[in-house]
Amino acid sequence: MTVTKGEPPAGGTAAGAPPERRSHVPGDGSATAVAIEEARRAMLHDVRNRKRTRIGADVLMEALIRQGVDTLFSYPGGVILPIYDILADYPEVRHILVRHEQGGAHAADGYARASGKVGVCMGTSGPGATNLVTGIATAMLDSIPMVALTGNVASPLLGKDAFQEIDITGITLPMTKHNYLVRHADDIPRVVAEAFYIASHGRPGPVHVDFTKDALQGETRAEHPSAEEVAAGLPGFRPTIEGHPKQLKTAAREIAAAKRPLILAGHGVLIAEAWDELAAFAEKTQIPVAWTLLGIGAMDEGHPLAYGYMGMHGWKHVNRAIQAADLLIAIGMRFDDRVTGSVKTYAPYARIIHADIDPAEIGKNVAVEVPIVGDAKNILAGLTRLVHPVDPADRAEYLDQLAEWRAESEASPWHGSGGWREGAMTADFVVARIGELTNHDATYVADVGQNQMWTARYTRFKRPNSHVSSGGLGTMGFAVPAAMGAALGNPGAETWALAGDGGFQMTSQELMTLAADRIPVKIAILDNKKLGMIRQWQEIVYGGNYHSSHLPGPDFVKLAEAYGIPAWKATAPDQVDDAIRAAQAVDGPALVWFEIEEEQNVFPFMTAGKGLSDLIENWGGPEE
Amino acid sequence: MTPETAAHAAPPDRALPGTGAPHRHALVVLVMDHPGVLNRVASLMRARNFNIDSLAVSRTDREHISRMTITLHGDDVAVEQAAKQLYKLIDVLKVQDVTADQVVEHELALIKVRATDANRAEVIKIVELYKGRIVDIAPESVIVEATGTEAEIDALVALTRSYGIKELVRTGAIVMLRGAGSIEEALKL
Repeated sequence: MTVTKGEPPAGGTAAGAPPERRSHVPGDGSATAVAIEEARRAMLHDVRNRKRTRIGADVLMEALIRQGVDTLFSYPGGVILPIYDILADYPEVRHILVRHEQGGAHAADGYARASGKVGVCMGTSGPGATNLVTGIATAMLDSIPMVALTGNVASPLLGKDAFQEIDITGITLPMTKHNYLVRHADDIPRVVAEAFYIASHGRPGPVHVDFTKDALQGETRAEHPSAEEVAAGLPGFRPTIEGHPKQLKTAAREIAAAKRPLILAGHGVLIAEAWDELAAFAEKTQIPVAWTLLGIGAMDEGHPLAYGYMGMHGWKHVNRAIQAADLLIAIGMRFDDRVTGSVKTYAPYARIIHADIDPAEIGKNVAVEVPIVGDAKNILAGLTRLVHPVDPADRAEYLDQLAEWRAESEASPWHGSGGWREGAMTADFVVARIGELTNHDATYVADVGQNQMWTARYTRFKRPNSHVSSGGLGTMGFAVPAAMGAALGNPGAETWALAGDGGFQMTSQELMTLAADRIPVKIAILDNKKLGMIRQWQEIVYGGNYHSSHLPGPDFVKLAEAYGIPAWKATAPDQVDDAIRAAQAVDGPALVWFEIEEEQNVFPFMTAGKGLSDLIENWGGPEE
Repeated sequence: MTPETAAHAAPPDRALPGTGAPHRHALVVLVMDHPGVLNRVASLMRARNFNIDSLAVSRTDREHISRMTITLHGDDVAVEQAAKQLYKLIDVLKVQDVTADQVVEHELALIKVRATDANRAEVIKIVELYKGRIVDIAPESVIVEATGTEAEIDALVALTRSYGIKELVRTGAIVMLRGAGSIEEALKL
């Protein structure tokens, strides 16, 4: 394969043949895989004479298939060998052999975000399980439906500090929606069914199930419970779906009385698949919509009532509108500190309607006037029925004011590139080109830091679930493995991972998984040779003390090439489009290394403890 | 028309939830008696930055259901937040803040008090005045058993302290609503 450094290939086409398929993935259809499966089946037939015992591992696989699981991100190990021993008998489930369990957990997370289904990952006991932890915590903070499976030592050895034994359920307890330790094969059908039910109902979240090795090996005739039996067996888990009619009426009255209302759309709108209801509600009431980081995609950014991204690095006009609003209608968001800044000075004129499926979110960070507990789809539909239609002319003064603020904010030289000269290789330009050349219809998976904020601000999202980002936990290293899952979760969409050079290096081992399984993820490395967000804080808050934020990296083209992944490097704005197109033309994974300006900041910027009215946007830049 | 241009003064700061005056609350928590449920409750309270004053756990007369009584200090909003977080635990069936209700509240204490031939009679007399019971007598000490509200036990402990407390153990409060109403019977399983 030809790899061009410094300049993109002429004509923008991919050079070279795709890498050789090396996977042994059951059901992936490659000749190698089919041959191995056939040999395996023949062997099982001989050894077990078609009458092998049904063991716990079988029941687990049956249970996964009953839940509609088609992809399992996993890495083998001693105590889960009973599962690997029978895995080939279940070709319905595609096994993706990740190169590190953390990658598996993020992949399951990305799969869930892109597909709306439950993502599943697995690791062995001890280090396999602890490696999953970062991914489980990421899913917890962002309410992602995930089931994480781990093995543990045989139950007689539990608590004896056996080889690769760790109290993993003790570790995951505070970072899961629920967790289980299963010691008997007979319990597996019920526990797995409960795990999926809990992970996907109410406010979603990760559920961890730990199986002792003897549970996986034990013979069982246990039957799988029905969905009704599962729900009936969980008397402590009865999420509220319907918004209370009285609260909806109160909210409708507040909406009718408001002069400067603003809708704050969060992740809950996407989880509830309530994007149509959101648009209908906004249109009927003529109320503009702002969104949180994870609420991106809840409304097409081209919609006339779409106002923008809020918070610490949000658009200035959006934060200005929040600070001026007399009513905030918050749907499926949680007033995170990155959204509010200082609560004391947050939205000082606003009464707040707060709808969330999790009652504990209401009143947790800000006191609200109208709490509504329930599912966003249900609540938005209910509110839309109750409110009177508003003529756009009656809101003209307010909407004109917002439009004026938007124009003012967009005219600021700090709005986009942070004051960089025309023609500089700025990240906002690269991100905007990726958005443009993918018709804003790809799945864009961000890492964490400046790259994440640039992605959120400049991609321009049109489609629900097209934006994947680690919001709550802020997990560097998320993008590449999560994009791997997202590409499999929504194979119809082109998938781009947008990572900084720092985050990319945290999980770059998954390049091998992408190559081996030919998962078509396009990776954009926004390389400023810095931990950019750390550097930005050091510049603005810590007096220019740049300790440890300079981060030399490898030759990323050579690195990708070593894994058999075609790669290009772009160092100037006029190379950007060709490099993106070259990556797009590859049938399989590809990587583009964008060498961007080293000291570009993300503006506006609100430092910790400040309020939304105290945005920094004119910090001395390179031109001064 | 916008407040940014309005002449009136800025509004007061938005209040932070949970920063009001703290006072003592008692929560009754009904849970499934699954393994690890105590750990879940304790871990949650620690992780959410609530400080438990006392925690008493026992079985109920209903199969698979245990009852916890948790006392803690906090303002009403903070404690409501603790209750909501507890509700999110799958094994938690019911959380009720009984602070404002008419309740019977008791705890049990055992106090090993230094007592010699010279003052044993005096110790016993004082303990009995406080409805305590002597449950063990040794040459150098007596063990006092007492039940009562937290305040009553506090008073007895303070009184015996002057003789010298060798050991003290308290169960923490258990509470039950007065009248015919039942938290357990109200459970919808």
